[in-house]
Amino acid sequence: MDKPFAITLDPGSSLANKTGSWRTFKPVYLDRLPPCNNQCPAGEDIQGWLFHAESGNYEAAWRHLTRDNPFPAIMGRVCYHTCEGACNRGRVDEPVGINSVERFLGDEALKKGWKFAPPAAESGKHVLVVGAGPSGMSAAYQLRRLGHRVTVYEAGPMTGGMMRFGIPKYRLPREVLDAEMQRILDLGVTLKLDTKVDNLLAAMQAGGFDAAFLAVGAHIAKRAFIPAGDSARVLDAVAVLRSMENEDKPMLGRRVVVYGGGNTAIDVARTAKRLGAEPLIVYRRTRDKMPAHDFEVEEALQEGVMVKWLSTIKQAGGADGTSITIEKMELDANGHPQPTGELETLEADTLVLALGQDVDLGLLNGVPGLEIRDGTVQVDRNMMTGYAGIFAGGDMVPAERNVTVAIGHGKKAARNIDAWLRGGSYAPAPKHELAAFEKLNPWYYSDAPKTVRPMLDIIRRQSTFDEVQGGLDESNALFEARRCLSCGNCFECDNCYGVCPDNAVIKLGPGKRFQFNYDYCKGCGVCVSECPCGAIKMVAEDI
Amino acid sequence: MSHQEIKFYQTGTFTVGNRLLEPDQRSVQASMERTNSLNSGHRACQGCGEALGARYAIDAAMRATGNQLIAANATGCLEVFSTPYPETSWQVPWIHSLFGNTAAVATGIAAAMKIKRQKGDRRDVRVIAQGGDGGTTDIGFGCLSGMWERNDDVLYICYDNEAYMNTGVQRSSATPPAARTATTMPVGPEPGNVFGQGKNVPRIAMAHGIPYVATATVADLRDLEYKVTKAMSVRGARYIHIFVPCPLGWGAASHDTVKLARLAKESGLFPVFEAEYGEVTGVSKIRRPVPVEEYLKPQRRYAHLFGKQPHVETIAKIQAIADANIRRYGLLEAGAH
Repeated sequence: MDKPFAITLDPGSSLANKTGSWRTFKPVYLDRLPPCNNQCPAGEDIQGWLFHAESGNYEAAWRHLTRDNPFPAIMGRVCYHTCEGACNRGRVDEPVGINSVERFLGDEALKKGWKFAPPAAESGKHVLVVGAGPSGMSAAYQLRRLGHRVTVYEAGPMTGGMMRFGIPKYRLPREVLDAEMQRILDLGVTLKLDTKVDNLLAAMQAGGFDAAFLAVGAHIAKRAFIPAGDSARVLDAVAVLRSMENEDKPMLGRRVVVYGGGNTAIDVARTAKRLGAEPLIVYRRTRDKMPAHDFEVEEALQEGVMVKWLSTIKQAGGADGTSITIEKMELDANGHPQPTGELETLEADTLVLALGQDVDLGLLNGVPGLEIRDGTVQVDRNMMTGYAGIFAGGDMVPAERNVTVAIGHGKKAARNIDAWLRGGSYAPAPKHELAAFEKLNPWYYSDAPKTVRPMLDIIRRQSTFDEVQGGLDESNALFEARRCLSCGNCFECDNCYGVCPDNAVIKLGPGKRFQFNYDYCKGCGVCVSECPCGAIKMVAEDI
Repeated sequence: MSHQEIKFYQTGTFTVGNRLLEPDQRSVQASMERTNSLNSGHRACQGCGEALGARYAIDAAMRATGNQLIAANATGCLEVFSTPYPETSWQVPWIHSLFGNTAAVATGIAAAMKIKRQKGDRRDVRVIAQGGDGGTTDIGFGCLSGMWERNDDVLYICYDNEAYMNTGVQRSSATPPAARTATTMPVGPEPGNVFGQGKNVPRIAMAHGIPYVATATVADLRDLEYKVTKAMSVRGARYIHIFVPCPLGWGAASHDTVKLARLAKESGLFPVFEAEYGEVTGVSKIRRPVPVEEYLKPQRRYAHLFGKQPHVETIAKIQAIADANIRRYGLLEAGAH
């Protein structure tokens, strides 16, 4: 070959020089577990559905969300959203308003009439679900989607369980509850209302069921011994809230004293306020010790609910039945309330006890092998009771009692029932490592404060059962979704592709993420440092 | 600055790209069709800021000129690691000059292109000269100043890594005070490079009254691409000074390259601005103010300041330089501390 003067080698591209051989560590892409997902008792893939919502594809977001939870419109209202407490964005400015976006998606689905896809194939198995509350209906939904025939026996006259009989309308409008329940029934789930199961094994045999999921909830009000005069009017909180669903509203009188410090006590007091009464909560410890969520306490106080902290009820129903006697308490060195002997008499037409609830385990009579402890049924980690094929969840098993946990139980039980019916056992996918804040590079996220949901004005909150908290509209729901940091999961920001000094990152195109070109990657680690969401890590090479 | 106008999309325009942006809002580097002017296989160290800065700048210039570009390159790291004979990483017409004359070579190319156009060649081929801080602020400075004062139609890009890295980390007139190099060892009462010397070449360029002068860092790609694109839209002499951390010469972790560039800007030590005809027309404000220690500490060239007995006074003098920059260019947003 003729070469120019003094040139002896062919010119060529540096691509012949495989600089990847310099490397001692290599970057690898991975998905880490976002803290919100890790926290969610219902096991939602929050980051996953926000990813779709960020691009404005709300239907895809809703479908992704409802893989784990069929009630986004309900949960967008009543979930205590501990996910937001775990949100890494809280370390940047404020947590992402996950709950408000969830509600937006749920409402959007109801508005647009989105339906669940029917199961691809029928399994031929028939599963009994006892209780049409959040846990039971969550299980019914998941089981139906897995192809099983599902029949739900509900002792009450309506679906919803504690979501209907325990959560007031001003927090959960009934048309929302009804619509999300109906959507599950539309999937082909059979519902039998006013059907109380007294003997489970007999009911299963009579109906030809292959397995059962029990989620009867905790509806029996706990009592405390309080000396009461003959004319004292003492009610329990569950009964008061339940009667709100009937035509005849409860007769509470003007002065209503609520005894207890949980969310139910707050719900009753706020309900009484809306019925025109003057509610007073009596609680034996201090506000910071209250089991109720602080935002609910705050909303109640705003609405004019009065609270007597550090007080117990000594006597209900004075001579004429319109007064109660309370005793002041003080906290001892261990923080426990101790009586002081100091008494006070208050006017009270009604005393409502909100001291917690027990489970009616009557249906389990005659079922062998069960373990009952502290009024709850013990289940193994597959949600199965001691009797093969009978599973249980929600408030009737030992766990925190709230709607989100109940929905999670329903899902988990359904997957295990499915596996059990097919003769196997359900193996959940191994959890990814946590996307802790330290794995992120927060520099890259734009400053954006949280979108605050509108609150109903105080006069209407005191006198009507209109929903207190408003929702987001399309524009601010989109904004809120886009505040998500996408912790631990690539959101295709192109940073790794851009910052590599060696062009050793291959961009695969929209939706396909990236790939390393290890022929040239020298292992400098700039991509790992500059990945905003912590979706790359360095691993040692075998050398 | 003028490019941070994208509606809030999680990362706005801080990241290289974003799947939610319209294609015309994306950076050149986010494109699957970017030219990769400086291709893989080059022999720069792990995490080289100069390799990164050069690809950012030349890819942006290629897009701005429709790939009608010739680059002249001074001797230095960029030349040595990209083009060890007979290989080259450049995917752009590229010529290696001497250490000191790349501005003059570029001037000659620009003159040749002008004549070709006069003789009927319809292509408008633009010229870039590039070099490191040694080839720019020391050795090539005479040719560069001449190119400026004649207002030759060349964009000169200096990749500033603050010393002669290729030959073994010797001090240049861009080496900052107190920094250790092979020729400014951390010994004696005032260890490292002395205070009060060195050249501020962007300001000298402004003093020539040329159409466009800008500074940029590899930590802000959008700003860098905006400035290169703007420079290519202007005729006459233009100068862009890009801050490119050097893991080897600075004794820094290879993965900290972009972070150090960011800290240099956020601390105020490297002011990022642009100027037209000698007047500052825009500055990149500091977004998250940091003390200079945060920038200095990860670099072993400053390790002698942070021993058992920290050189508090020296650090204070470096902080004073940053504070002076913040005042001079107005780097803080009104209301920021």
